[in-house]
Amino acid sequence: MSVVAQADTVAADAFQVTRSRQNVIWTGVAALAVVVLLALFPYLVYSGTTSLMVQGFIVLTLASMWNLLAGYAGLVSVGQQGFLGLGAYFVLIFALHGLSPFVALPLAAIGCGVAALPLWWLVSRLRSGYFAIATWVLAATLMLFIERFNSLGGGTGLPLPGFTGMSPRLLTADTYWAGLAVTVAALLTVYVLLRSRVGLVLTAIRDDEVAARSSGARVGLARLLVFVVAGIGCGAAGAVLAISQLQVQPSADFSISWTAEMAFAVIIGGLGTIEGPIIGTVVYMVLQQTLQNFNAWYLIILGLVAIVVALFARRGLWGLVDSRLNIRLFPVGYWLRSAWTGGAPVGGAPLGGAPVGAGPVDSGPVGSGTNPV
Amino acid sequence: MRTSSESERPGGGTPLLEVSDLTVHHGQLRALDAISLKVYPGEVYAIIGANGAGKSTLLRTIAGLHHPTTGRVLLDAADVTDLRPERRARQGIVMVPEGRRLFGSLSVEENLKVGATYARPGPWTIERVYETFDWMRGRRNQRTEQLSGGEQQTVAIGRALVANPRVLLLDELSLGLAPVIVQRIYGMLPQILATGLTVLLVEQDVSQALRVASRLQCLLEGQTTLEGTPADVTAEQVEAAYFGLATAASLPSEGSESSWPG
Amino acid sequence: MAWVNAIIQGVLTGGLYALFACGLSLMFGVMKVVNLAHGDLAVVAGYVGVFIITVTHIPVLWSFLIVVPVMAVVGYALQRTLIQSALNRSVLTTLIVTLGLSMVIENGLLQFFTANSRGIGAGLTLVTGSFSLGSQVELPYLLLLIFAVAVAVLLGMQWFLSRSSYGRLVRAVADDQEAAQLSGADYRHVFGIAAAIALGTVALGGLAFGMYSTLDPTAGTDTILLFAFVAVVIGGLGSLWGTLLGGIVLGVAQQIGAQINISDELLAGYLIFLVVLVLRPQGLVSRRART
Repeated sequence: MSVVAQADTVAADAFQVTRSRQNVIWTGVAALAVVVLLALFPYLVYSGTTSLMVQGFIVLTLASMWNLLAGYAGLVSVGQQGFLGLGAYFVLIFALHGLSPFVALPLAAIGCGVAALPLWWLVSRLRSGYFAIATWVLAATLMLFIERFNSLGGGTGLPLPGFTGMSPRLLTADTYWAGLAVTVAALLTVYVLLRSRVGLVLTAIRDDEVAARSSGARVGLARLLVFVVAGIGCGAAGAVLAISQLQVQPSADFSISWTAEMAFAVIIGGLGTIEGPIIGTVVYMVLQQTLQNFNAWYLIILGLVAIVVALFARRGLWGLVDSRLNIRLFPVGYWLRSAWTGGAPVGGAPLGGAPVGAGPVDSGPVGSGTNPV
Repeated sequence: MRTSSESERPGGGTPLLEVSDLTVHHGQLRALDAISLKVYPGEVYAIIGANGAGKSTLLRTIAGLHHPTTGRVLLDAADVTDLRPERRARQGIVMVPEGRRLFGSLSVEENLKVGATYARPGPWTIERVYETFDWMRGRRNQRTEQLSGGEQQTVAIGRALVANPRVLLLDELSLGLAPVIVQRIYGMLPQILATGLTVLLVEQDVSQALRVASRLQCLLEGQTTLEGTPADVTAEQVEAAYFGLATAASLPSEGSESSWPG
Repeated sequence: MAWVNAIIQGVLTGGLYALFACGLSLMFGVMKVVNLAHGDLAVVAGYVGVFIITVTHIPVLWSFLIVVPVMAVVGYALQRTLIQSALNRSVLTTLIVTLGLSMVIENGLLQFFTANSRGIGAGLTLVTGSFSLGSQVELPYLLLLIFAVAVAVLLGMQWFLSRSSYGRLVRAVADDQEAAQLSGADYRHVFGIAAAIALGTVALGGLAFGMYSTLDPTAGTDTILLFAFVAVVIGGLGSLWGTLLGGIVLGVAQQIGAQINISDELLAGYLIFLVVLVLRPQGLVSRRART
């Protein structure tokens, strides 16, 4: 018995819990630099490139939202395109009443967040697979419902008013900045959310839902919050889509392909990490650009890659990087520092500090994204 | 505290079931630490110990539901360590799991039929189970989720018996059942054993275990703390082994585990 | 009287939807898997049927006898390989893998067969003919046959599950996978059997759909999977006959919607789904009625 007591006191002195490593400062600076550089793009590159980047921004926003839902809250939604379309149509409605689409963008996002509440109530009782299809049914229902309104363009859609008098260069630039702003906001929101107490609940849910519930964590509330945030994010992306397309079109804005795109970007990049969707979006855009001449082939390849990654490289590309280098660009977990190894987090043998919930034996971060679903 | 006692049966012979140096981990937690035992044909071997001692883990590993980190499980000298649970069941290692685990939406008879699907040849049939547990025949079309705990336990035992096991593993029969029911169930054991079954059972209720076992082993935190026959071990030795006390005399006696026949 | 016709039509279409749905329900009940490629595999069956008929010129209904067993075997293989590997990892992985599979199948069909829709048996009396009851009510031969087949399939499944030894194993594994293992059952094989039945029935549904309507690469997800799912939820998770009831409710709702406004057919079906979800989320048939 005395041996155990001694071990306790040794343990208390030898370990230190810290929030982040030194590299987060550098990451923060680098991120800021990247954002500033990106903001300057309209002055530096051709409009073709900025349009492509806007597409990328949309996919990245969607991907981070889908990652939040599936990788952290355990909610696989196959119906986020519903919010996309809803966001686009909100912008249309506001624009038809005289508002500038750019002003309408944040309003549309908020509108989607509000709409998410009754929608959550409808589907929250269903379990995973059925939840997924139910979200899809909701999206399909939304589309069919909106198509009934001829004032909104019926089945064919409408061009987006409110751009008259803008020079094309300004329009492209404004669209680009809107896209950039939405993406940065989305990533920041996800980061802040995951670092907060809600984030801890989410990580607990992800690791072991039953244990999370029994420890008193407000699982239902956390999931609701995530669903609403994802609704806002996807709605904002939809608004950007409408603006970039200068029109709304039900079949395109509510298309299931959006789900395929965001899901596969996340899977390939790495589910359950913040960095993953970024990498995944880049890979997705590259694939799309190189293979777009081959139409359906690129989707076939995308599907195959997603299957292979889901089965054999569960943590995606970022997971492969992360496990080798133990880097966290967006640190949301806790590190256990040992005095015995001179203050550097150990990447090798465990020091008795088991990660919150189940986790791999050999890595440092505690309670962070080391064990995606 | 280990009391060294004969862990080999006098007279030798091949053990029907042997566990050799078994170490099992649950993630990072070591649940069993180099456990060994030998069960000879026809005997009742009991594993006792407190909650979390590793008893059920041992049984589950023998049944094939857990893979050991090191060590081996042998059935009649054949190494079955790498066999999947269903293969082991078909070869004769049949477990009555903790908590009964009947197929709730199936009837009593259907549960028995499932047990008989991959049965080995032998004396046990569904008919014989009905003869042994006479209440069952009348209720055989009732869904097992509607039965009481004690009734479910007997159906679970019946389901294992119709497979004609070579080694019957009983995991915590008394769990969640009233003492009267437990007595009744254990009272049926001799009838079951009369057909020549070999039994390895895990029990928290030490008095029951000592009543039916021919040999026993006590586990504490994954390690063997006592081995022997009920006749050989004293109440104090069992208490010490069960709780892992340096000296049993230093604690006020709780009494609940101390009442067993001499 | 157009309403009566519509309702009858809706009831009969329920049979088709039951064929779509029973496999989905079985797979979820036994192994907790929602196969997002469920509908696409039905479309594949349809295309294979079209291919066989075009190449060999055998009678339409004979092609069913070839396609359905083949798809059942494909279902077994798919389950033992892809889906089991995904299941071993997590439920999320099964959703992603089947979503990927769905993408691959749909775009593969698109690539090789173009987006043009195809029908089976167009021009046959079976497909175009109908009984006439009085002057206003038409009972299409095809729908009657499909309904009869659906009922037969459900009866067959019920018999299989409640009377046969394998059916018992399927139910046992669905109740408690580990306990089934301890009784000597290889649950992976049992899962495979359930998947084989699921794919066989949905293949039948796909072929029937090819006759009743037309097949195109996206019909699997747009139509078959969604309708199957709605039928299951309305009818009640875990109930076999519930899928028929759910299918009928869906079919009737759609026809009523179409009577009100021709473009509201689909919307009416989804609205019924939402209503059931709100008022009676466990479905119309309670779980205790499960065979």
